[in-house]
Amino acid sequence: MTEIGNPQPRTPPRSQWRDVWDQFKHHRGALAGGVLFLLIIAVVYLGPFIWTIDPTFIDIRARNQGPNLTHPFGTDQLGRDTFSRMMAGGQTSIAVGLTAMLLAVGLGGLIGVLAGFFRRLDGALMRLTDLFLSLPLLPLLLVMVMLFRETLSATFGPESGMFLLIVVAIGITSWMPTARIVRGDVLALKEREFILAARSIGTTNFGMITRHILPNILSPIMVSATLGIANAIITESALSFLGLGFPPDFPTWGRLLNDATVYLQDYPERVFWPGLAISLTVLSVNYLGDGLRDALDPRIRGR
Amino acid sequence: MLTYTIRRLVLSIPTLLFISLIIFLLLELAPGDPMAQVPLTVPPEVKQQMREALGLGEPTPIRFGKWMWQFFVVEPMVLVDATFGSDWAAEKQRVISWQTRSPVMEIVIQRMPQTLWVVAMSYVVGVLIALPIGIYSAYRQYSVFDQLGTFVTMVGYSVPPFFSGVLIIVIFSVQLGWLPSIYDTTHQVVDWDSFVIQLKQMVMPVMVLALQTTAQISRFMRASMLDNLNQDYVWTARAKGLSESVVVMIHVLRNSMIPVITVIALGVPQIFGGAIITEQIFKVNGLGQLLITSIQANDLPMVQTVTFMLAVLIVMFNIVADLLYGILDPRIRYD
Repeated sequence: MTEIGNPQPRTPPRSQWRDVWDQFKHHRGALAGGVLFLLIIAVVYLGPFIWTIDPTFIDIRARNQGPNLTHPFGTDQLGRDTFSRMMAGGQTSIAVGLTAMLLAVGLGGLIGVLAGFFRRLDGALMRLTDLFLSLPLLPLLLVMVMLFRETLSATFGPESGMFLLIVVAIGITSWMPTARIVRGDVLALKEREFILAARSIGTTNFGMITRHILPNILSPIMVSATLGIANAIITESALSFLGLGFPPDFPTWGRLLNDATVYLQDYPERVFWPGLAISLTVLSVNYLGDGLRDALDPRIRGR
Repeated sequence: MLTYTIRRLVLSIPTLLFISLIIFLLLELAPGDPMAQVPLTVPPEVKQQMREALGLGEPTPIRFGKWMWQFFVVEPMVLVDATFGSDWAAEKQRVISWQTRSPVMEIVIQRMPQTLWVVAMSYVVGVLIALPIGIYSAYRQYSVFDQLGTFVTMVGYSVPPFFSGVLIIVIFSVQLGWLPSIYDTTHQVVDWDSFVIQLKQMVMPVMVLALQTTAQISRFMRASMLDNLNQDYVWTARAKGLSESVVVMIHVLRNSMIPVITVIALGVPQIFGGAIITEQIFKVNGLGQLLITSIQANDLPMVQTVTFMLAVLIVMFNIVADLLYGILDPRIRYD
């Protein structure tokens, strides 16, 4: 009997996030993606403090230069430094990506939780989701940007008005997958015993959602969030590429790519940098999402 | 099954009506006047009459009703007339484009072949490449081929068409000079040489679109194969002494294709909408290019009609996908 005299566990209990991190570490692609994404954010936001050339500074005598020591990525047709323009463009592109993702995930999460938790709202909200899924989204996005561009630019100024418009437009056209996934998970959670237990001790609906439902659906939300960033960055670049994005003197990666295609015959290398930046960012975020999906799925943890 | 099909079709009618209303109301907010280009010397009464001839200058509900009448009644009549030589739609007002002042459907029919050639071809090519990649990746999970396949898939997901398209133009048109960067729609295939030219100008847009299709479908194929490869019936088949190729290519593949086929069906309308950017890059004057130019030119009847037709495609292929699922998988019964 003395062998089991000390029932205390020797090691402290491992938290869920520790397990998630251990699994995440094994996914090399995801780890590389995460590091690359952080690196891109760091360069884009901290780079301008070190590389101090103003992205709007016009040096007409240094125009159309290839890569050299003073301008590592070359200059454009007005002699503006491509490297600092890339950083300025990246700030806008990543800011749009993150804010639009927050809006889409917030909206999708809210609708998903409401539809899953309250049976009375389920039918109506899911019909709304189906309706939005049947809309041709890219054409409507283009129409929305075309329609509200002037009004919002007049109200909030050309840059912040456009930012607001693009973020809202991307947000309200990309919440549907999140809402569907969240609703499915909430419906499954509602049948579990701990929800019944919480209900029986008199937890209110609000407490139920914030304390028991939300922490348990965090993993699908996080995965949708990473994929949402990728989607938002691509959509913003596509809008800018089609000439319906930010104003011409305001660089984003899509805009820079669009400007560069005009000079495709003479300076084909110029399309390379913005395209590479978009692709690398989206690639890193996608790998990050892939790794998160694996790491947050307890069924395949430990493989 | 039949009752289910009929119920879905009937239910899709209010959805589509609602979508057309949303699109109409959104376009209703559009600034701009199709008469803005008319010289100032034209008297206001004449301008008003011109506006009415285009179906403008009436309250919104009446114009929406008129558009619906034109789209759902007059246009099918025109179609019947064109097929059987009757004259039901004679003298009836059709949906008129503000840009060209000609019926919208005629322009759509003019643009259809280019889109179908390029976009449908690339979808077929993409699917044909994706299936073997997905099957082999799943069969040899975590092998070098699988890692490489996953990487290519990720790249296909991440590289947007406006970069991949421009990049291959730089490589194959600017640097190597092998392929034309602009799609010549007036080109006619009459003999072998002109067929080769047609093939050459199709290669790049098809490549760009097929990369995206391949990325999506091969991922689904791989996941679906992986789900099935560890099932008990696979072990039974192996235990019976069936050869590995029969087990994988007949037993597993047929079961794995069920979700993949529905995904393929769901992707068809997306490809029509997603071709906007690719068509813009390669100057293919298909439906996507028509849509973007009419958005830029404020041609509202055109935008309304083309967007609504895309919505119809999406709703219809959703139903097709659900029905296919029911037909292919006997465990799913809708009745």
